[in-house]
Amino acid sequence: MAEAVDYKVVGTRPIRPDGVDKVTGRAQYGADLNLPNMLYGKVLRSPHAHAKIKSVDVSKALAMDGVYAAVSGADFPTAAHGDIGGEGGGDVADVAKNVMARDKVLYHGHAVAAVAATSQSIADAALAAIDVEYDVLTPVLDVDEAMADDAPLLDENCFTANLPEKPDKPSNIAAVMQLARGNVEEGFEAADVIVEGDYNIPMAHQGYIEPHACTATINEAGQATVWCCTQGHFEFRSMTAKLLGMEIADLKFIASEIGGGFGGKTVVYLEPLAVLLSKQSGRPVKMMMTREDVFRATGPTSGTHCKVKVGAKKDGTLTAATAWLAYEAGAFAGAPMGPGAMCVFAPYELENFHIEAFDVLVNKPKVAAYRAPGAPQAAHAIEVALDDLARQLDMDPIDLRLKNAVSEGTQASYGPKFPRIGFKECLEAAKAHPNYTKPLPEGAGRGVAAGFWFNVGMQSSAEVHINENGSVIVVEGNPDIGGSRASMCIMAAETLGVEYDSVRALVGDTESTGFSNVTGGSRTTFATGMAVIEACEDIIAQCKARAAATWGVDEDQVEWEDGQAVPAPGVNADVKPLSLADIAASAHKTGGPLLGRASLNAQGAGASFAVNICDLQVDAETGKVDVLGFTAVQDAGRAIHPDYVEGQMQGGASQGLGWALNEEYIFDKNGVMENAGFLDYRIPVASDLPMIDCEIVEVPNPSHPYGVRGVGETPIVAPLAAAANAVRDATGVRVNDLPLSPPRLLDAIDSAE
Amino acid sequence: MGAFAYVAPTTVAEALGVLEEHASQGKRAQILAGGTDLLVQLQSVDRTPRTIVDIKKLEEANRVEVGADETFVGAAVASAVLNENEELKQRFPGLIEAADLIGSTQIQGRATIAGNLCNASPAGDTIPALIAIGAVCVIASESGNRELAVEDFVTGVGTNALQDGEFLVGLKIPNPPARTADAYLRFIPRTEMDIAVAGAGVALTLDDAGTCTAARVSIGAVAPTALLVTAAADALVGTSVDDDALAAAAAACSAAASPITDKRGTVEYRRKVVGVLCKRAAAIARDRAQA
Repeated sequence: MAEAVDYKVVGTRPIRPDGVDKVTGRAQYGADLNLPNMLYGKVLRSPHAHAKIKSVDVSKALAMDGVYAAVSGADFPTAAHGDIGGEGGGDVADVAKNVMARDKVLYHGHAVAAVAATSQSIADAALAAIDVEYDVLTPVLDVDEAMADDAPLLDENCFTANLPEKPDKPSNIAAVMQLARGNVEEGFEAADVIVEGDYNIPMAHQGYIEPHACTATINEAGQATVWCCTQGHFEFRSMTAKLLGMEIADLKFIASEIGGGFGGKTVVYLEPLAVLLSKQSGRPVKMMMTREDVFRATGPTSGTHCKVKVGAKKDGTLTAATAWLAYEAGAFAGAPMGPGAMCVFAPYELENFHIEAFDVLVNKPKVAAYRAPGAPQAAHAIEVALDDLARQLDMDPIDLRLKNAVSEGTQASYGPKFPRIGFKECLEAAKAHPNYTKPLPEGAGRGVAAGFWFNVGMQSSAEVHINENGSVIVVEGNPDIGGSRASMCIMAAETLGVEYDSVRALVGDTESTGFSNVTGGSRTTFATGMAVIEACEDIIAQCKARAAATWGVDEDQVEWEDGQAVPAPGVNADVKPLSLADIAASAHKTGGPLLGRASLNAQGAGASFAVNICDLQVDAETGKVDVLGFTAVQDAGRAIHPDYVEGQMQGGASQGLGWALNEEYIFDKNGVMENAGFLDYRIPVASDLPMIDCEIVEVPNPSHPYGVRGVGETPIVAPLAAAANAVRDATGVRVNDLPLSPPRLLDAIDSAE
Repeated sequence: MGAFAYVAPTTVAEALGVLEEHASQGKRAQILAGGTDLLVQLQSVDRTPRTIVDIKKLEEANRVEVGADETFVGAAVASAVLNENEELKQRFPGLIEAADLIGSTQIQGRATIAGNLCNASPAGDTIPALIAIGAVCVIASESGNRELAVEDFVTGVGTNALQDGEFLVGLKIPNPPARTADAYLRFIPRTEMDIAVAGAGVALTLDDAGTCTAARVSIGAVAPTALLVTAAADALVGTSVDDDALAAAAAACSAAASPITDKRGTVEYRRKVVGVLCKRAAAIARDRAQA
């Protein structure tokens, strides 16, 4: 368990610096910026899920009063192939075609043209005046259909990647991936019990409350500034430069406050359009998506079809497992099948396994990252199968997982040996939690599931400025989605030995701080936190040097303790300690202002495991689920600000429960999404959920100065299966497909009778 | 939002004059009560220009009167006002429950029962509740007020019996006899912020022995309009509203329903659930009538 470390600020729960502006409405989000002479940009979207574009004519729109710009695919440079970069990832040419269709539209809602006008109503009228001729094709709407031999092709140049040899004909399978170890057949022969399952989960959206929005302006010299809500303004800058053929130095991106992203704001949609419309019109252009646009044309996560088979001895020891995981990519390659394949068996010791995963094109929006991309769907499959296995073995589901849990030194199914991890600690904490043994109301059920996510490091930069009174300004390059400014302030205060209240953190734009990868991959508190700590250590080194000069001793004769420079033990100097404030006050005499900085590519992101316990009951006459209780146990390594760790755990549980119970993209036979709004795309509302109990387990990450593990993604991995297993427990009926919506559950209950 | 002109007449006659003038010139005029449906439509569904005629300045449309023989609720009275009226809650708990299901607290500060009725959505929650308690529409027209039972008011999905130049000024509800109570239940997959997949309103009267002497049952969201299901009422009358009677009423509702399969539910699901709701609502109404 966690070492006893005496931290002064780490682990406290101060108020976040951005809180007051957010609760009073002062905070500026993506759509809040207005500039003089600004135009409104709008997008014309495809009415077809699959069609060839024969022609696009914007001339009538351009001729209208009040319309200053109109663009279509032909106005964009042809983007070369190559990695776009960033968490959303993918091929530059694909991202370019997703932002504005060229020869083909690949989903209903795909952008085909855009206009900029003096008002939104004129822009709407201009869109109506654009003539587009389509040659409508048959849409391919689910992963099984898309993988069939005779399926219509989205891309005639798509040859499955990662096969030993290039296939002789194109298909909708963009790529495959395999992971294997041992001998699966022998493993299953050695099993006393084998369970199998076939699981379907439809496409689901992150459901962030703030729709995408940006404002762009470009001057006659070709220098552009873009304000937008984004998880990574540096990567948005790079993507926009690539899509428009611009010089990176001519693009300045300023990240607004962000009303949720969850991975969905890691790729550009509007920003290149706004810059191009601004260039054509000579005026600033603001673009805002509607909620309908967000559903139809931004990246949800993959719908999946997964098959899992697991064998075990009577004592619960797993002997073999196989997984077949097919992920919908949407219109362009890049489904999170890799992480799915790497996560599916990651929590368990397995001698023999085989995993096969597929990245499949379908005529639906191109998927984007969504918290632990690919993992929840794969975890749902294995965690439901393990629940069935525990029932057959008459074994406690936590005991079954404990029996097979990975720990330090285990060779992970995805390759490396695990360093110190906290899975067993999470399982033990869940088992000991009073909620696990609390009696259930009549007819209710309890489900358990585990979750895993790697977390990432990547590049971060930070600067620390010491003001003339010793107060501290931290500049980072990561948009603050989950309270990271507060965490940066805590880590800076702890490192420097000053009060939390004397530290402020701000998110710099692309011209005022060093490059930083996206806020994503649960990396910010870990990696940007490391940069902030290093920048503070830079300050401390400078302070020691200045104290040494002041005292006339050597630098190594000075130490930094509790926020002040003191003589090292044994150093014979009759001097008063110098605090940060003292050194700042005399900085003009000792070499000028104090500025610390660090930039790094963080290594050693610690994996985070979770165990969830879900209590619910099902109305047997309507199929409606009431969630009675939910307990999230997760290894945070070290919780820098426990409120925001719990916030991540509760948020992930809420989204996971929504996905499990009611959320789904519903398409008609033409590929038109039928529920593109929050009325019928049912994320949970506050009254749908109980208070989510959190238990933070702390098994420090040895690679981080304070032991931080990323915590943002793991929380969404286990809830899908936890809810499914609780439904099984409550009703006696196993439903493998999600969502566990009332019609599906009632049908299953009635069929079982 | 679409372009519109706005007028706020202060008398019924003035309001009728505006409607008549528009009708005669072939121009579009639309009544605004709470606006919770209308503003959404203007913003996203139908942005064609029109004149908005606000009835919130009309005294008659703001009147709530719990009288000796009947109750009158003006068409501009917000749900929040009704929800806080203890007399009304006592008399028509089912109707007030239905009104309280629509929208959040903030929306209820504007939303009206009359608006819910005129909007004529198949899933409107107050419509089956109004039909169950025998509510009557009071319609203002140039030739004086006319009255029409609520079950005859809605003519189809989004259409009602109002003629050009007419508007709904309020609802009249006969006072319930002794040992009478109503109840309304709807099904939604969530707890809030949703639209009925099915709904059922029941009003019934018990005699001193606990036998049901009169009943009205109405179901919503399972046909183009809310239905008055007399077969379900017949299944309750003459019984003590026991489990058998409830099951018979439920079966009658399932049989009367002619739902569609859509993103909110299947035909089979809606048929079954509307029966369950009828059964549960009737049991609540029975218990209330006994109390």
